[in-house]
Amino acid sequence: MTVPPLLDIDNLVISYDDHGRRRAVVHGVTFAIKAGEVVAVVGESGSGKTTTAQSIIGLLPENGRIDGGAIRLNGTDISGWPQRRFDGLRGVGISLVPQDPGVSLNPVRTIGSQVGEILKIHAARGTPRRAIHSRVIELLDRVGLNHPEMRAGQYPHELSGGMKQRVLIAIAIALRPQLIIADEPTSALDVTVQKRILDLIDDLRAEYGTAVLLVTHDLGIAAERADRVVIVKDGRIEEQGPAAELLAHPRSDYAIQLLSNVPSLARSTPRQTITPIDGTVGGQDAVVVEGLTHVFAGRHLAGPRSPVIDSLSFRIPTGTTHALVGESGSGKTTTIRAIVGLLKPTGGRVLVDGHDVATLRGEALRRFRRTIQLVYQNPFSSLDPRQSIGRMIEEPLLNFEPVAREERARRAETILERVHLPRTILDRRPRALSGGQRQRVAIARALILDPRILILDEAVSALDVTAQAQILALLDELQRDLDLTYLFVSHDLAVVRQISDTVSVLRHGVLMESGPTETIFTHPTSDYTRDLIDAIPGRRPASPISSNRYPTPQILQEASFS
Amino acid sequence: MTVADPIETRRDLSPDRPAWLRLPRFARIPTSLALAWLIIAIAAAWSLAPDLFTAYSGTAGLALQHRLPPGGVHWLGTDELGRDVLARIIFGSVHTLSGAFVAVGVGLVAGTLLGLIAGSAGRLADDIIMRMVDVLLAVPALLLSLSIIILLGFGTINAAIAVGVSSVASFARLARSEVARVRTADYVEAAFGSGGSVLAVLWRHVLPNALTPVMALAALQFGSAILSISTLGFLGYGAQPPMPEWGLMIAEGRRYIATAWWMSIFPGVAVVIVVLATNRISLSLRGRPD
Amino acid sequence: MTRYLIERIGQAVIVLWAAFTVTFILLHVLPGDAILIKFQNPDLGLGPQQIAEIRASYGVDRPLWLQYGHAIGSFLSGDFGYSIQAGVPVSESIRANLPPTLWLTGLGSLLAAVIAMIIAFAASLSPFAWLRALVRSAPALFVSIPTFWLGIALIQIFSFRLRLLPVIGAEGWRGLILPVTTLAIPISAPLAQILVRAIDDVATRPFVAVARAKGATHAWVLWRHVFRNALPPALTVAGVLFGELLGGALITETVFGLNGIGRLTQDAVNNQDAAVLQAVAVLSAVGFVVVNLGVDLLHPLLDPRLARKERVLS
Repeated sequence: MTVPPLLDIDNLVISYDDHGRRRAVVHGVTFAIKAGEVVAVVGESGSGKTTTAQSIIGLLPENGRIDGGAIRLNGTDISGWPQRRFDGLRGVGISLVPQDPGVSLNPVRTIGSQVGEILKIHAARGTPRRAIHSRVIELLDRVGLNHPEMRAGQYPHELSGGMKQRVLIAIAIALRPQLIIADEPTSALDVTVQKRILDLIDDLRAEYGTAVLLVTHDLGIAAERADRVVIVKDGRIEEQGPAAELLAHPRSDYAIQLLSNVPSLARSTPRQTITPIDGTVGGQDAVVVEGLTHVFAGRHLAGPRSPVIDSLSFRIPTGTTHALVGESGSGKTTTIRAIVGLLKPTGGRVLVDGHDVATLRGEALRRFRRTIQLVYQNPFSSLDPRQSIGRMIEEPLLNFEPVAREERARRAETILERVHLPRTILDRRPRALSGGQRQRVAIARALILDPRILILDEAVSALDVTAQAQILALLDELQRDLDLTYLFVSHDLAVVRQISDTVSVLRHGVLMESGPTETIFTHPTSDYTRDLIDAIPGRRPASPISSNRYPTPQILQEASFS
Repeated sequence: MTVADPIETRRDLSPDRPAWLRLPRFARIPTSLALAWLIIAIAAAWSLAPDLFTAYSGTAGLALQHRLPPGGVHWLGTDELGRDVLARIIFGSVHTLSGAFVAVGVGLVAGTLLGLIAGSAGRLADDIIMRMVDVLLAVPALLLSLSIIILLGFGTINAAIAVGVSSVASFARLARSEVARVRTADYVEAAFGSGGSVLAVLWRHVLPNALTPVMALAALQFGSAILSISTLGFLGYGAQPPMPEWGLMIAEGRRYIATAWWMSIFPGVAVVIVVLATNRISLSLRGRPD
Repeated sequence: MTRYLIERIGQAVIVLWAAFTVTFILLHVLPGDAILIKFQNPDLGLGPQQIAEIRASYGVDRPLWLQYGHAIGSFLSGDFGYSIQAGVPVSESIRANLPPTLWLTGLGSLLAAVIAMIIAFAASLSPFAWLRALVRSAPALFVSIPTFWLGIALIQIFSFRLRLLPVIGAEGWRGLILPVTTLAIPISAPLAQILVRAIDDVATRPFVAVARAKGATHAWVLWRHVFRNALPPALTVAGVLFGELLGGALITETVFGLNGIGRLTQDAVNNQDAAVLQAVAVLSAVGFVVVNLGVDLLHPLLDPRLARKERVLS
C-alpha cells in the first residue's frame, strides 16, 4: 500500500478571464509535496507561481479558473470544491503566510483579535473567550514576540514589519495545519529580519511536522531552505528535483541561466577592480563626503531627535563604483539626496568634482546637476506616465543651451542604442514597457547630459533576477566605455559584491565600516557587517532531506478537517 | 531595504494577477460609453440647430391644441398653451447645455487656479486659500447659489454663474491634492534633477498629470450643473417664461400633474438621460489605468 | 489629541466667522432692499421722510462697519435681527420653522444611509453577477435624478395613479413618506457609490485574503474586515453631503408644500429679506461645521492609526 503524498498537483491548468477572453497562465504543472517536506516553487514575474499557490488554497482571483488537472490533498481532489467547502479546510488543513506583512493585517483590529479569529472561526460552539485568549498569548510567545500580553492589545501599525510577519506566522500555525503556503514570506523585509523569519519557519515546521510550500523569486532562499525545488517559467515547470542536486547540476537551460544570474549563488568571481589606489589621492576623487550630518527639522513631537545621518565620511575615486549598504532607516536615501543637492544637510559637506554642493544655489545648482544624475529604485514611478519615451529621454537637453530638434532626436537614438533598447520604443508610453526596459529608459535619461557621476538608488532591487543581471552587465559596460563614477545604493550585499570596488556599511545613520569590497567581505570588522553577510541567502548548502528530523505522523492526523 | 511602494513592487514580483493581460483601452469602447457620447452629441446638435429636429416652435403655441396627450402628431404631447413639448425640450437644450458650460467653466478655471496656487506657492497661500474653500464648502451649495442670484438678478446666465461659483471649492480641493500628489512623484524629482526649472517642471509634468482627475471632475460637474441649473429654473430664479428651459418646464407642468403628466415628466426624463450620459463619460475619464 | 481638538475647533470658529462676514457683505451690497420692497408700495402712502425713519428704526442707516459689529454681537447672543417682511424677530420664525425641517432631514438622512448600506452589501453579496451589476448601476441613476422632478414623479405615481397616499397637506407620518423618500434617494447615491468603491478597494487588500485563508466565510470577512475599513471614506462623504441635504430639504418642502426652513428661505429670497437669509446661511454653516467636526473626531475611533496623528480637514 502506498501512502499518497500530502499534496499532489497533477497537470494543473489555470486561466484568467481577460475581458471575455481566456488566457492560460498555468499550463500543466505537476509536482507533489510529502508530509513535512519543504518544496520551493521558484520563478520570476508572470511565471504563474503565485497563481498556483492561490489555487491550492482556493483563493484565485474572481476571474481565475482551474481549467484542468487535479489538486489532491491526501488523495482527495479539492480543485473543484465550492468556496463553502474550502472554508472548512482553510486555516485547518492549509494555511497561508502572505507576501507583505505591512498590508496583510487588518489595520483597525488588534493583533490579539486577528490571531484569535482563526481559533474562533473553527472552535466548537461555546468555547470560552478566556481559552481563546490564553491560546493567542501562547502562540504569540511561540513565534518569538516579546511581551505577548501587550502585543495582543496593540494594533498592526505599532509593530515592525518583522513582528507583523511573526504574527502572521502565529495565525498560520494556530491550528497546526498539514501544509503552510508561504508566498514570498520575506521579500518585503530587511535581510537580517528575513533570515530570522526563515529560521522561525524552519523551527516551527520541524516542531509541528508541517509541510511548507515556499513560493519565492529568490533561488538563494530556495537553495538554503527547501528539500526540493520546482523551477517555473511562463506557467510551465522547467525543472524540479532535490534542492542540492538541482543546484549542483542543473539540466535545463533556464535553470542554468537563472543560477548564473543569482548574485548570491554565483561563484564569487571578484570583480576586476578599476583599482582605486587606496583612497588618498585627493584630486582624483569624484565625490567626497566629509562629516555629513542631518537632523530632520519640524515635527513638534516630543522626544529627542536623533540625527538621520551622523558624521558620515567617505570618498569615491573617479571611475570606480562605491556601494552604500544598509537596511531601511540607515540613512542611505538622505545621504544621496544631500549629494545631488536635493536636500541641505545640517552639518558637514559634500564635494562633487571639487564643488561644495551645499553652497550652490539657483542657476549654479541647476548647471551642477549636469554632472551628477540619479537613477531611482522604482522604474514604475520614476517615469512620467503621460510622456513618450522619446520625449522623456530628450527632456534634459531642453533645460540647457538650446539643441536643435534633429540633434536632440539623434542624441536620444544614440543613447537608446547604448542601453540596448530598440528605436521602436521612442513613441511608446512607459506602461507598455517591462520593468527592465523602464529601468534602461531611466538610465538613458540620466546619461543624455553626459554626467560624470551616476547615483543608483536600489536601481535593480525591484527587478527580476534576469533583468537585474542584464542591468548590472549594462552598468558595467557603460562604466568602462564612458568612464563613469557610480554610487550604488543597495541593501543586497550579494549584488554589491558583484559590482562595487569599495563599500560603506551604514546603520542608523552611522558608518559601521568602509573599505575595498573584497576586504569587507572576507574580513568584516564590525559585527553588523558580519550579520549582514551571514544573512545573504544561499550561502549555506541546502539542507539534506532527513525524515527523522520530523515528529511522528500521529501529530499530522490530529489536525483533521471536513 | 526601502520598498517605496508595496503595490508597485509587488506588481513586478508577481503580476500573476491579470493586470498585464489587459488589452489597450481603445481596442474596445464599452457600449454604454458609446451610447453616452451619442446622447451628448444629439443634445449638442439640438442646441446648435433646433430647427432641424422639429417643425414646431419652442415658444409659440398652436390654437386649440392645449394639453394634448402624446400621440402621432405631438410625440410628447402639448402644454397648456398648445406648445409642442418635444419642440420645447429641443429648443430648451441650448439653455441647459450653455448654462452648464458656463458653470463648469467658472468652477474649473477659478477652482483649478486656486488649487494650483495653494498646492505650489507655499504654506501661507495654501492656508489662506484652503480656509476660503472651507467657507465656500460650509454654506450649502443651493443657499450659496441663491445668495449670488439675488446679488446678480434672476436669469439663465446668472444662475449658471452662481452654480459655477458654488462648485469652485470642489475644483480647488481636488486640484490642490492632485498637485501635492504629483509634486512628490519620483519623475518630478527626476525632472528637477536633470536641471529643469520650476516653471518647466510644473508645465511639463505637474500640470498634465494633475489635470486628468480634474477633467474627470469637470465632466461630473457638468452633469450636476445641469441638475442645479434646472433646480434654479424650477424654483423660478433661472430662466423666465416663456423660455423653454427644462427645469422651468417641469415647474410649469407641475400645476397640471393630475391631468397632463407629460408636461413635467418628459423634461425630467431629458435631464436624467443627459446627466446619466455625462456621468458615464466622467467615469471613463477617471477610470484610465496609470 | 487635546491639541488636535483645540486646533480643529479654532479652525471651525474661523470658518464660521468668515462665513458670517462673507454673507454679511454679500447681502448688504444687494441692489434691492427689503425695506423699500415692503414700504415703498404706493398703497401705503409713505413719504421719503417716513421711510427714512423706518430705516433708522431698523438701524440700516448707520455705517456698514457699525452694522457689522452690531450684527456679530447680536448673532452671538442669539438675536438674528428682524425679518422686515414678516415683521417678527428672525429667531422666532426660525424657531417656528426648524422642527419640521429637522424631522425631514433627520429621517431623510437615516433612510439615505439605509439605502446606501443595502446597495453596498447587495453589490458584493448577491449570488448572481447580473444582479450585482444591476445593483451597482443604481447609484449612477439616483444621482442623475433632479430632486424636484423625483418628488413630482412620486406624487404622480403614488398619489394620482395608485392612489396610495394623499397628495398634499396630509398629516402625520403618511404625509412624510413621499417627502422623505424624495430627499433620501439622491442623497443615498453618492454614499452608496463611495461605499461600493471603498468595499471593492478594501476587498483586494492582502489582509482580506489572509482572513479568507483563516477559513472565514465571504460574509464574515465582509462584515468584520472589509466594512470597518470602508466606513471612514463614506463617513467623510456623509459629512460633506450635509449641504446637499439642506438644499434637498428646501426643494422637497417646495414640491410638497411643507412648512419649514426651505419655505422661509424662499420667501426671504423673493423679498430680498437679508436678515433671514443671512441667519439661514450662517446656521447652515454652523450645522455643517459641527457635523464635520463630529466626523473628524469619529475617524480616530474607527481607525486606530489616526488616534495619535494629526489630521487636517480636507
